[in-house]
Order: sequence, then C-alpha cells, then structure tokens
Amino acid sequence: MSTSTAADLSYLDNTGTDPAVRARLVVGDNDFHSITEKVCGIVEQPRTPPAWWVLFAISSSLTLVLFAMIGYLVTTGIGVWGLQVPVSWGYAIVNFVFWVGIGHAGTLISAILFLLRQRWRTSINRFAEGMTIFAVVCAGIFPGIHIGRVWLAYWLFPIPNQMLMWPNFRSPLLWDVFAVGTYATVSLLFWYMGMIPDLASLRDRAKTRIRYYAYGLLSLGWRSSNRHWHRFEFAYLLLASLATPLVLSVHSVVSFDFAVSIMPGWHTTIFPPYFVAGAIFSGFAMVVTLIIPTRKIFGLEEIITARHLENMAKIMLATGMMVGLAYSTEFFIAWYSGNRYEAFTFLNRAFGPYAWAYWTMVTCNVVVPQIFWSRRLRNNPAVLWVASILINVGMWFERFVIVVSSLSRDYLPTSWGYYRPTIIDVLTFVGSFGLFFTLFLLFVRFLPIIGMAEVKGVMPQAHLDRPGHRGHGDYHGDIAASEVV
Amino acid sequence: MMSPATATELGIADGELVELEAGGRSVELPVCLLPGQARHSLAVALGYGRTAAGQVGNGVGVDVYPLRTLAAPHILRGVSVRGTGRSHALATTQDHFAIDTIGFAERNARAGTLVREATLDAYLADPHVIHAHDHHPPLISLWKDHEYEGEQWGMAVDLNTCIGCNACVVACQAENNIPVVGREQVLAQREMHWIRVDRYFRTDPGLTMGEVEDAAVVFQPMACVHCENAPCEQVCPVAATQHTRDGLNAMVYNRCVGTRYCSNNCPFKVRRFNFFNYHKELAETTMMQFNPEVTVRARGVMEKCTFCVQRIEAKRIAARNERRPLRDGEIVPACAQTCPTRAITFGDLNDEGSAVSRSREEPRSYATLAELNIRPRTHYLARLSNPADGGAPAHAEGHADDGAHGKESA
Repeated sequence: MSTSTAADLSYLDNTGTDPAVRARLVVGDNDFHSITEKVCGIVEQPRTPPAWWVLFAISSSLTLVLFAMIGYLVTTGIGVWGLQVPVSWGYAIVNFVFWVGIGHAGTLISAILFLLRQRWRTSINRFAEGMTIFAVVCAGIFPGIHIGRVWLAYWLFPIPNQMLMWPNFRSPLLWDVFAVGTYATVSLLFWYMGMIPDLASLRDRAKTRIRYYAYGLLSLGWRSSNRHWHRFEFAYLLLASLATPLVLSVHSVVSFDFAVSIMPGWHTTIFPPYFVAGAIFSGFAMVVTLIIPTRKIFGLEEIITARHLENMAKIMLATGMMVGLAYSTEFFIAWYSGNRYEAFTFLNRAFGPYAWAYWTMVTCNVVVPQIFWSRRLRNNPAVLWVASILINVGMWFERFVIVVSSLSRDYLPTSWGYYRPTIIDVLTFVGSFGLFFTLFLLFVRFLPIIGMAEVKGVMPQAHLDRPGHRGHGDYHGDIAASEVV
Repeated sequence: MMSPATATELGIADGELVELEAGGRSVELPVCLLPGQARHSLAVALGYGRTAAGQVGNGVGVDVYPLRTLAAPHILRGVSVRGTGRSHALATTQDHFAIDTIGFAERNARAGTLVREATLDAYLADPHVIHAHDHHPPLISLWKDHEYEGEQWGMAVDLNTCIGCNACVVACQAENNIPVVGREQVLAQREMHWIRVDRYFRTDPGLTMGEVEDAAVVFQPMACVHCENAPCEQVCPVAATQHTRDGLNAMVYNRCVGTRYCSNNCPFKVRRFNFFNYHKELAETTMMQFNPEVTVRARGVMEKCTFCVQRIEAKRIAARNERRPLRDGEIVPACAQTCPTRAITFGDLNDEGSAVSRSREEPRSYATLAELNIRPRTHYLARLSNPADGGAPAHAEGHADDGAHGKESA
C-alpha cells in the first residue's frame, strides 16, 4: 500500500509546522478500500494472535482476582480494607475518581472536538470512547462495593418503595449517582451509535454465519442509504451536543463529593474546574498509553499518525499546566484565607506523613509534562508512552492525596490517624486494571477500533473540495488543494 | 513510661523495646513516652504477663516481678536501660503514632482553642476571657432552622470538675451495647467508644517534641455534640441520620447503608463504624449482658452517641402516663449518671429554668468548633485554674500533646 520502501518511514511523519501546508490526517497511499481492509482486517484475522491470548490470560486472571476480592469483602466486611475512623474513604474512592477521570477523554474527543470541528479526532475517537466505557465500568464498581451493606446499594436510587422513603437529595453522593449514571448511558449510546456503519461493514464482509448474524444484529439493519446517513449524522450531532455538557458536569459533580463537605482540603470552590482539567489530563494520558502499542502492533501508523500523538501530547501539556496551577492556587488560598485548619492541611500535605505521595503527584503531573515543550521529545513515541504512564500514576496519587491526606488530619488532633492500605485494597485496585484490559482486549478483537466511515470522510478522496457534495462526518468547509503533501 | 527528654537522652524511640536490668535480672518492655514522668525515672506496672488469667488476661504485657525484691519493693535504684532497636505496637486510643514536627506544633497550637482554660485572676478581671479568640465570619446557613415546640435537648460538660477518669466511657459502653473490638482493631483505629476523653498536654512553648519533660494534661470528654446544623445529616445519601423533633441528631440503623460519608464530614470524628460483625461469636450468656433497650448494630452500619435516647423515651412515656410535664434532671444519660464529679448536665434547652439552660448563660460556656456554624448542642464550661504563682499561661498558648499512653503492656 505504501509507495515508500520499508526502510524509508519518513512519509509517516506529518508533524510539520509549515502553516501553508495542511497536514494530512491519513498518510501513506491509502484509499477507502485500504482503510476498510486495515481496520476490518484486525477483527477478521482467522486466527487470534498468540500475544492476544497471553495478554487476555493475564488480564482475565486479574479480573478474577477483582471478583474474588469483592466476594471476600462482601462476606467479611469493610474491615478487610485499611479504613479507620478519621480516614473512612480510602482506595475505593480514590480508584473511583481515578477511573471516572480516565473515562473523560473519550467523550471529550467524540463530542467536544466534534463540535469544535477538530477533524483529527476521527482516527482516535472510537478507541477513546471504548476506553471511556471500560473506565466507567471500572469506576462504577467502586462506589457500589465501598458501602457497608452492599446488598442495600439500590437505596441510593430514587425508586418508589413501601417505606415512602426518598433518598436525601441534599447529599452529593446522590448527585454522583445521577451524574455518573447519565454519563455512562450517554457515552455508551454515543459509542454504539457511531459504530453502526462500521458494524454494517463487518456484517457485509462476514464469512461465517455467526459473524453475519452477530454483526447483523448489532448494525440494526444499516443499509448505507442516503436517508440513513442523513439521520445518522443528525443524531450524531444531537448526541454530541448532549454529551458535551456531560463532560464538564460529571467530574464537577464528582468533585462536589469533596467540595460540599466541611473538611479542610476538601471544602474548596476550585474543585470543579480543577477536577475536570485533571480528568482530561488523565484521560488523554490513558489513551496515549493504550494507543501507542496498539497502533504499532496492528500497523495503524498511517491512520493514527504521528500528528495525532503530538496533538494529544499538546493537550496533556495544557491540562497538566492547569492542574499545576490548581495545586498552587490551593496553597495560595490556604494561606490567604487565614483559616488555620486549611493552612495546616496544605502544610501537612507537602511536609507531613503523606509528603511522599504529594511529591510523587507533583513530579508526575507538573514536572513530567514539561518535556512536551520539546518537539523532539513529544514526537518520540517511546518517551511519550513512558510520560503518559507516569501521568497516570501521578493522577492516581492526586486523588490519593486529596482523599486520604485531608481526612487523616482534620479538626481535632486527638482523632488524627494514618491510613495504610491492606493487601485486599491493593489487589482490588490491580484487579480493576484486569477488568479494564479484559474489556479492552475484547474490544480490539471483536469491534472496529477505528471509525472507518469517519476517517474516510476526512481523506482527500472524499473530495470535500467539490461543491455540491458533502462528505459525512464533521465536514466543515472546503479544503485547500495544497493539502496533499 | 518515660519522659520524652529522657528518651532523647538515651536515644530511645516511642514504642521501642528496652531491656531493664537491675541486680543481674532483666525484663524487656516497650517504652511509652509520657511527658510529666520525672527525668531519669521510669514507671512500670505490676500485674501483667499473667499465665493463669483466662482468655483475656493470659500473655498480655510483661511480668516485671523479676525486678522486684524484698529490699526494694516499690522503688528500684540503679536500673540500666538499653534500647534493643526492636519495637512493639502499643494499642492505645489516643495518639496512635509518634507524631512529626509539624503535626506536633499544630496540635499544641490548636489545643488551647479546643479545650479552653483561664486562670482565676484572668477570669475575674474579664469573665469573657475565654471568648477572646472567637473571631469568625457571620454564621449564616443555607437551610431553614428547625423549630421546636416541645423539648429540645442539650448537654453541658464542666471542664472545671471533669477529672478525666473515663468512667463515662465505660458507662456508655455498658449502656449502649458498644462492642469491645480488641487489640488489633484498636491498632487499626477502629475503637467503638461513643464518648472518649480527648487528652492534650500543655508544655512550655518553643520546645520540640524530644525536649518535652514536664507537661500539664488537659482533657475534654468528647461525644457526638448533636449539631443543630449537622454536617453529617446533609451528606447522607439515604437520609439515615436525621434531626428529631426534640433536636437529637439520630442514627437510623435500619436505613444506614454504610457510605461513611457522615463520618468523613464530622469535624469531631465521633461517629463509629461497624467494620465487621462484632457480635458474631458471642456466647449466649454474653448476649444476655446486653441492654435490651438498645439495638445491637449490624455490620456495615454507622453508630454514635444518641444522648441515651432510650432513657429519654422511657421518662417521657412515664411522664405522659402520669399526665405531667417532664421535670428537669429527670432524664440522665449513662455518662452523666456515672460521672463522679457531676461534670455532665443534661436537659431541655427550651426550659429556661433547666440546669443546662442556666449553664449556657455562664461566661465560661463555649462550644468547640462553633466557628464552623454547626451549632453544637453540647457546650463546655471552660476550666479555671488558680495556680500558686498565679501566672501559669492562660489559654491559647503552650499546649502540647505528646507520647502515647498505653496501659496494656507498660
């Protein structure tokens, strides 16, 4: 497909800075057919690659560990975790906020970047949305299992009942139920709806009966007629508009869990924007962590190009600076407010017993992204990959610092404490990664990981420059003829 | 027990096992740092390390009789102390860990506003001296105030008469079927006491922890203060903690699902959580010890001080049957009943003549953390002292809290 020789990979580099030349979103000598072949080919491989089986064995085993830990927790009690009285929320809530945060990138890429007409999103949006769904699945587990009487978790939902008892609408935990529930629902719909034309492609190419019926069922009778496309694009636009406020609202509401309380270190008005920036930061980091190996293994460098990675690095740089600003604002306000409890909480974060966690967070979230100022470093996939993992570590520690260090030393010094996770805490967290990767591997094997129809819409062959024709997707005007590099 | 200054001198850490040697005999004991222990002296407790004391007593602590001789039955001279470098975790309900420098400084700085004190001279010069540091923004609330037609309960604790004896803790435990959780759970900071005696040390200002030798102890019984504007009530998603018509902050055990959000949002950290089923393996006879008036709480449920609601209801029903109003002082919570110095007063705040209402009028009356606009129903009466030199530090300076206070093996 590529005209270049194997040794000459320079055609893959579309990170040029010449403003007169619009970068190509798909490089190499690709046409519509080659895109279909490449993306469907991953799903249609007759034999599952051995590497997939190895990874799947590991991740599904970890998933079993997760369920074993949950089983032990439910039969024994919350005491199997390291929680105690000043620190009544620990790993479970940290993990919840961590996973919800990761689940932000998908909808941001699909909805906000769609409305902002960022056409580069088409190559990565399916992938990021999938990751969002899996992260939200992991996130959804934790608030459910962290309560003392798991079997009564449904009391958090406003279900009419014989006790005539409603939940307490003043409680941020209840807002959380609504916010995360809505977000999960809309993200799932958005992901699935966007996938319908591609599922139909898989159906049409199916060689076995099972595939034919399975993809046939999932593609909901899609025939690619003009009317279908017209409705599809309109529905996509509507869902994008619906999902956009949710990107901002869900993590704002998660931050209310803390901001609405009266605990020093939690009770701050900066939390909603700070949490949203952090969520986008961690979400993009996770997309990068997953997408770099995936594009390498499946040879998708021509579709998920170097420029895509560079754009994500830039977003991480910007959001990383935002969280850095939030960290320093918190310190400033702690001093400026003149509130001794608030001031001590922040002093304690940086120099108290949890200082190790605080400085891990600052190093990973503020210092590490600074390397993205360098064009050379951000365009080096290996460097980018390692940095994205460090950012994920840092963002986990951010939540740990917020939840645990604030609680461990609040108002009365006689009730101060030091929280230590137990092995059960740690294995539950590790197990949640198992679930995440299991779902991810299944996705890679059975669903189109790139939105083929949308990518085709932004290729030169879509002839977007010809008047009277509108390519589908986020077409937003004519493209200069000089686009082809 | 050893003073922190002596420990610094000997290079011994809190909780470290030390070998005490006298007259060729030696025992190994963990050190508990306690300011106030005289310099270069140690105190050890007899009566531990028993071998025939049954399940509870066997093997707890260390037998120090080997050191005791007829020649020196009480005070032993010339004891040599040698640190072993190993340590032992002392299960205490105060100060679970040796504290760092910034924590030490902050604890000292806060104690004065939490447990207020004044010298008699200062109090006579200005009776409102204990309120001198009450500076906070106007306290306004988002919510509509509760209105009370009948009684609304309140408590007053007189720090002047409280001697910190812990009798209230035991009484409450017996009255309210509070589980005894044992050493491991105490080490994990999961003790279940509904009332506790918070203890702070008052040291000379400017000392670091290792230099502290002498200290005065200040203490404050602390239970749920039944905030009128309760932070716990607002955050419970299932409305399991509610205000009652008579102003109590009530826990509805049946409704609680155990999110523990209330505990996180409690500035006093007086809420207790059933991390396990603490009533699982009890003998029939043990179960018969329980107070039948009080629910035994299940696993996964939050609990806390109820102001002995079962006693309130019993008296209220009796008064109603006799067609008379409740008399002041008729209702006595278990802690108040047991207090040997009558430091705890309980009664109706809507009755202007009640003892608790009158105590509110005293200039010594203050509520801990009132600046958070939580409006506690338990007020404290500040402690007045009359030191011989008349010049001991007044409140808000030089309080220190140090070391642990384990009785288990020391």
